[in-house]
Amino acid sequence: MKISNIKELLAATVLCGEDKLESEIHSACGSDMMSDVLAYVKDQAVLLTGLVNAQVIRTAEMMDMICIVFVRSKMPTPDMIELAKESGIVLLSTDKRMFETCGILYTSGLAGNGDLHE
Amino acid sequence: MSEPLKFHFVVDGKNFTSAGQASVNVKKNLRQLGINPETIRRVSIAMYEGEINMVIHAGGGEADVLVFEDHIKMILADKGPGIANIEMAMKEGFSTAPDNIRSLGFGAGMGLPNMKRYADSMDIESELGKGTTITMTVKL
Repeated sequence: MKISNIKELLAATVLCGEDKLESEIHSACGSDMMSDVLAYVKDQAVLLTGLVNAQVIRTAEMMDMICIVFVRSKMPTPDMIELAKESGIVLLSTDKRMFETCGILYTSGLAGNGDLHE
Repeated sequence: MSEPLKFHFVVDGKNFTSAGQASVNVKKNLRQLGINPETIRRVSIAMYEGEINMVIHAGGGEADVLVFEDHIKMILADKGPGIANIEMAMKEGFSTAPDNIRSLGFGAGMGLPNMKRYADSMDIESELGKGTTITMTVKL
């Protein structure tokens, strides 16, 4: 799946990283707890979250994630968008809730990589 | 053996927004050195968790990263309250972070266990009222 497909499936707005919408992704992770993202995520390229602060961008960067989708119409601050641009991360925002967002992407073929620890 | 490459950072304890800047910086530097991406990821996650911990619990501190030929050493030192029970602190899910930190997406009691998971070795020296120094190494 491409990031542009996620944008269409979620009727999302692109907040930055327009030039990277054709990047291929295979898996995603949905969480508002960055602690859990840092502990459990492995090779997931997309982060779905309703949390809005600068550490969301940094967490994604640490995990080598290339796209963040803010659910529930959450909008990142201009500082966060700037940080994402510097890190080359695509930011999307959708008015769908977390459960629905995860469901749409999962049934459309995105995997979750279920193993907790190696 | 040649001298290690050294990076030194001061972690501002008053600013949650800027927490993680040192880790971002380390990640960029390690990329420039051509170190493999999986190793870079392990180093930067371990260091990021440590940085967040210093901001949440200790009012900031200092971080040193030393790049040797065969390993990377991270030394995170703070003058915070110290860890009362290291054995408990190492258990997943145990946290002494205040509720407002959880609303920021942290404080789930995963920081120290996660640092241990991503590092090849981790040593904690902590004295109540004096501070904590965590030394982690990741093999290259």
